[in-house]
Amino acid sequence: MDALTLARWQFGLTATFHFFLVPLTLGLSILVALMETLYVRTGDELYLRMTKFWGKLFVINFAVGVVTGIVLEFQFGMNWAEYSRFMGDIFGAPLAIEALLAFFLESTFLGVWIFGWERVSKRVHVLSIWLVALGSNLSALWILIANSFMQEPVGYVLRNGRAEMVDFWALLTNPHVWTQFPHVLAASMTTAAFFVLGISAYHLVRKSTNLDVFQQSFKWSAVYAVVATCLVIIIGHSQAQHMVRTQPMKMAAAEALWESQNPASMSLFTIGNEPQLKDVFAIRVPYLLSILAYNQPTGEVQGIKNLQAEYQTTYGPGNYIPPVAVSYWTFRFMVGAGFLMLVLGGWALAKTLRNTLTDPSRLFKILPLAIVLPYFANTTGWMFTEIARQPWIVFGLQRTQDAVSKSVTPGEVLTSLILFTLVYVSLFSADAFLLFKFARQGAGDPTHKDTAYG
Amino acid sequence: MDLNTVWFLLIAVLFVGFFFLEGFDYGVGILLPFLGRNDQHRRMMVNAIGPFWDANEVWLITAGGAMFAAFPNWYATMFSGFYLPLVLMLVALIARGAAFEFRSKHETGRWRGVWDGLIFVGSLVPALLWGVALGNLLLGVPIDPSMTYVGGFFNLLNPYSLAWGLTTLIVFTLHGAIFLSLRIEGELGELAMRAAQRIWPFAVVIGFFSVGVGYFVTDMFARLGVDPGVIPLGAGAAMLVSGWFIRQKHMGWAFGMTGLSIALSTITMFIGLYPRVMVSSLGPSLSLTIYNAASSPYTLRVMSLVAISLLPFVLFYQGWSYWTFRKRISGDTKLEY
Repeated sequence: MDALTLARWQFGLTATFHFFLVPLTLGLSILVALMETLYVRTGDELYLRMTKFWGKLFVINFAVGVVTGIVLEFQFGMNWAEYSRFMGDIFGAPLAIEALLAFFLESTFLGVWIFGWERVSKRVHVLSIWLVALGSNLSALWILIANSFMQEPVGYVLRNGRAEMVDFWALLTNPHVWTQFPHVLAASMTTAAFFVLGISAYHLVRKSTNLDVFQQSFKWSAVYAVVATCLVIIIGHSQAQHMVRTQPMKMAAAEALWESQNPASMSLFTIGNEPQLKDVFAIRVPYLLSILAYNQPTGEVQGIKNLQAEYQTTYGPGNYIPPVAVSYWTFRFMVGAGFLMLVLGGWALAKTLRNTLTDPSRLFKILPLAIVLPYFANTTGWMFTEIARQPWIVFGLQRTQDAVSKSVTPGEVLTSLILFTLVYVSLFSADAFLLFKFARQGAGDPTHKDTAYG
Repeated sequence: MDLNTVWFLLIAVLFVGFFFLEGFDYGVGILLPFLGRNDQHRRMMVNAIGPFWDANEVWLITAGGAMFAAFPNWYATMFSGFYLPLVLMLVALIARGAAFEFRSKHETGRWRGVWDGLIFVGSLVPALLWGVALGNLLLGVPIDPSMTYVGGFFNLLNPYSLAWGLTTLIVFTLHGAIFLSLRIEGELGELAMRAAQRIWPFAVVIGFFSVGVGYFVTDMFARLGVDPGVIPLGAGAAMLVSGWFIRQKHMGWAFGMTGLSIALSTITMFIGLYPRVMVSSLGPSLSLTIYNAASSPYTLRVMSLVAISLLPFVLFYQGWSYWTFRKRISGDTKLEY
């Protein structure tokens, strides 16, 4: 394999692994902060036990998210040096701001939160978890500002053989950011909600000690789940509408739409022949894609072949078609998992409202397994958005093949790929082991002095 | 002063902060198997840097981000050129960070033994590799007209750079021993102080050796002249004085002195480089400078505003966190890690 392919595998692996952990950090930080806030306001130690229980899992997950993030920050220079030269004038800024504004904040105050139970006042302690939540969610905003430039370049000019920033404000107000960031935020809340729901359900079924902690957590996360899943779907929908206009090839690949259509039909199930760009077998719902794209039964959605022809005139000869099957299926898996979560979240909320948590039903056996759903959706969602942008690393400006480092040999990338894979697999096993251990353990003895502030 | 110089200075500041802070973190990790004779002592050592290590590491991440934003060509050439050492460093940092968080979360001796080993190796490797990287920056590396590093991996492992690797390794270990003696009470604190006494002569010898050799093999010190000026001399003097303070058991002062020596040495290196950021051994015209490696004036302006408004806050709350956790760790301190 050449260095390009290996570098792409490595980026895919390290980014996927990093984002496997980050959404839980983003979503759970807010939940834990809310729990502790209620404790500080009401003095009810139920909320303290909730804070401690979920806080412990939060911290384990957080650490691995942080250390895997460093790789991503360095990897642009290591494996994608030509990208860094061409885009650094624009892309470096949000990364540096992310570190200055967000990473310092979250890391410093997480230290205060973990070690400060007996060192700082209650108010400062709860403030520090809010600052952790703020810091981590701000970091998501800045990295998505950077990523959005790759999807939809704005505020730049091509000069001195590279892309140069001319409008920082345009970078911040990139319309792509303001659908992508809320989508990621809502997805992270969904992740945390199903994490808490699943573990709470597990304890409710087993009638663990401290059942009150898990009943209360279940109620909270059922609400959180329904709200977050609705948001993720609604925002995702407007994100897709934006994509039809700004990245039509990505949408065409998501729908396996070979020819432009007006009105456009949506694929329910397609088996395609990718090399020949045609269907082998397809069930399509007429009008539906136009309705989804434009909120009306007519309106052209461009097809893969038409876009390929158009891009050849604009950008010169070449293949501008992303891997269609991967795009098509990752998109569907993401959306499917989203709707499944909405159903499960609604079911959990219904149980909560009918107050039947003491008599667990089938749902409570399903929910622990449903923890995988948000992870599945997060991963396929990112795979879709990055893979369906190919062959571009920055849409319309630079191709992935032109972005790779010239000085790094295939042997070197293979070495690092193997090393990172080994480290990540071990790390993942240790992380999962600890999460399982503490998730199963229950919520500690309420009378234990250990849980009090100093 | 133009913005290119401002950003060169700012990145120097970030590296000073990083080496000063993460330097003692690495030192503590390196000393873990030597000073931590039992699990309780090892826990105390890890907890001594527990609230800080993550934020200390952010200085490196910020330095990397600042290089990317202000000097993309420097970031691209150095990170792709020093590829394998960076991979090793990243693997070490990942293992080490996870180890701090994980080691005390499970009781068995084997579990803790593995993570303690990773803390040791994960601190040793970066402490060594940073010196190697600095040595190569001072020495110059082959960079071709397309700003691409053309030297390969083994070119980076030259004797001069390895000497610098040993220097940072030993100086950070000394810095860490002094830090531990300040943070920990009782027997373990004493042990750390004695370790500092024993490490100090090695730090002095290897430090002066690396600087001395530098006069012959790099142009840095030639440029500085026989009387290099107050900053490099101060770096050497502070290292010497720290030894006196260690013997007098004035560990606070000793820590200040090793810190000062680390800071002034880092500044000396940046002065030696200026206005270059990477020296090409293939010819002076091929070196990367703060001009040919830089971002556009617009980006530098935006980033200057951002940095100037944010950095004071960062310094304030990080300083506050050190103040909050100033109380020394003793046998009865409740340990989180």
